[in-house]
Amino acid sequence: MNVVVLIKRVPDTETRIQIKDGKVVTDGISWIISPYDEYAVEEALRLIEKYTGKVTLLCLGPVDAKETIRKGLALGADDAIHLNDPAFEGGDASTTAVVLAAALKKMQYDLVLAGKQAVDEDNAQVAIRVAELLDLPHVNSVIKLDLSDDKKSARCLREVDGDRDIAESSLPAIITAQQGLNEPRYPSLKGIMGAKKKPITDWKASDLGLDPGTIGASGAKLEVVRVDPPPARPPGKLIPGDAATAAKELVRLLHEEAKVV
Amino acid sequence: MANNILIVPEARDGSLRKVSFELVTVANEIAQGLGGAVHAVVLGNEVSASAEQIAKTGIAQVYQVDHAALQNFAPEVFTAALADVIRKTQPAVVLFGATGFGKELGARVAARIGMGLVADCTGYKVEGGTLVLTRPIYAGKALATVKAKSLPVMVSIRPNIFPPASADASPAPIEKIELSANAARSQVVEKVQKEAVAVDLAEAKIVVSGGRGAKNAEGFETVKQLANTLGAAVGASRAAVDAGWIDYSTQVGQTGKTVAPQLYIAAGISGAIQHLAGMSSSKVIVAVNKDPDAPIFKVADYGIVGDLFQVLPVMNEELKKVLAEK
Ligand SMILES: Cc1cc2nc3c(=O)[nH]c(=O)nc-3n(C[C@H](O)[C@H](O)[C@H](O)COP(=O)(O)OP(=O)(O)OC[C@H]3O[C@@H](n4cnc5c(N)ncnc54)[C@H](O)[C@@H]3O)c2cc1C
Ligand SMILES: Nc1ncnc2c1ncn2[C@@H]1O[C@H](COP(=O)(O)O)[C@@H](O)[C@H]1O
Repeated sequence: MNVVVLIKRVPDTETRIQIKDGKVVTDGISWIISPYDEYAVEEALRLIEKYTGKVTLLCLGPVDAKETIRKGLALGADDAIHLNDPAFEGGDASTTAVVLAAALKKMQYDLVLAGKQAVDEDNAQVAIRVAELLDLPHVNSVIKLDLSDDKKSARCLREVDGDRDIAESSLPAIITAQQGLNEPRYPSLKGIMGAKKKPITDWKASDLGLDPGTIGASGAKLEVVRVDPPPARPPGKLIPGDAATAAKELVRLLHEEAKVV
Repeated sequence: MANNILIVPEARDGSLRKVSFELVTVANEIAQGLGGAVHAVVLGNEVSASAEQIAKTGIAQVYQVDHAALQNFAPEVFTAALADVIRKTQPAVVLFGATGFGKELGARVAARIGMGLVADCTGYKVEGGTLVLTRPIYAGKALATVKAKSLPVMVSIRPNIFPPASADASPAPIEKIELSANAARSQVVEKVQKEAVAVDLAEAKIVVSGGRGAKNAEGFETVKQLANTLGAAVGASRAAVDAGWIDYSTQVGQTGKTVAPQLYIAAGISGAIQHLAGMSSSKVIVAVNKDPDAPIFKVADYGIVGDLFQVLPVMNEELKKVLAEK
């Protein structure tokens, strides 16, 4: 079976976000595959190990996103499509989804896996939008995925707002990964070496027959006006004394000063 | 053109989630700024009670799409139902709660109608005839100001930020709308019962979280006991979750839940950047940690340098006394 995984390149979660002139400073950031997308990649690899087939990564990102795509290939994916065109940049979730959907229309797949959300903008909408644009069913926020023997349907355990349910879907579908789906592997040395030879194909807007006016900054419906650091927190109090004294004083402060209990 | 606001309250287990009433508060202000009325659409199976409840919040009109096919979540059926109401009523703004349900449904409907969706907003204003929203990004490491280039636009509002509207006004009319499509290729078929830890992390007023400092599953009980006394939700660092002491769904942070309760108590949590991202906008933060240099103290309003196994039980007993006097 063919599984396509949507991966986004995001700053390493260790990154302290620096802001200058209302924009995030991206110089010197180290980039990773968004953690939820990593669960999706891992799940795709496990499916292929079980059923045989091919895992293709699909990533929309700037030129140097290739480095991050290679990390996915090092994990074991077979090949990748890099949606690489300045015309794609400056878009929003709606234009990103339009481009990803146009790319998927040219591809063959039995299943598309994605992350529940990308941990940069925390939009949690691109993958679901892609499903709608392609008229595919979707299942969101999955922590266990089982395919039927004929691989025509999927049974998914979902975790949403702390509740769990089971959803069923026909395939092809877009399924998004929530933490708990699996434990992603680390790349092996052989994987890292091998990744250098695996094919990454670039597609531009023209390859997808997309009118540049409908994508990127010109097609976006939303505009990020500025980015600011979160408001600073006032300095706190360390409560002195032995454990019991401090604990009692803390409860008093929470009750009388902060008035939160 | 009237700039009406359509809110999408969330009916769950026969009643409306609190965020539904918070949406009314937000919608009223936006409606005032744009010059329009507030409408609501209630989707589900046998949701008359919910429709009647939201009708009493002082809004102008309620639409009710009631059908057995809306019993369990099915993305395509819910999308069809909501898209029909949007096409019929042509709102300038559609408001969802930024819950799992609201975010998922919003994304699919936004794509169907071809609308922008500003997700998980914590602030809003009407400016120059459109909406300008603020939303945390990088799980709260930064705040983005996002403008809708034009209306209509969809917005999801983070729960627990805005005060809920009360439901004591004279009721708005309720119009029933037929469901146009009820076949789904994907749908929830079964709810999984879980152990009764009742308090929902995302909506909790108080969260008590434990980390690696709790040592083991048994040690984590100390954290749970304090949460129990406070009627709080239990949270955890990734280290505690990965160690298997507590369920994944309790993880707070950049790859877990983002929470902003009135009170957040972190016990035995160092305060790694990914954890801080998920809880730094809490109103009051308490840290209990053995290490005076733990980064958690940088965001804490009150800190105790000490052993959580000595501090938490005393807090627990003291709180019982304080709460009994209330
Ligand atoms: C991609 C990625 C995503 C991540 N996402 C998240 C996330 O969403 N949420 C998250 O929490 N983490 C996340 N992490 C992990 C994060 O980097 C930290 O490893 C984790 O938060 C550490 O958990 P901790 O504070 O419980 O453990 P530690 O860092 O080990 O800290 C334990 C603390 O307990 C204290 N302690 C020990 N014993 C006691 C005692 N008896 N009494 C009081 N204090 C005591 C110690 O002094 C120490 O400060 C992520 C990591 C990565 C790589
Ligand atoms: N630029 C992108 N390239 C490939 N996949 C993406 C991109 N943006 C988002 N996705 C996918 O959509 C999911 C949800 O993203 P988001 O809506 O941005 O939170 C991500 O976890 C990815 O799987």
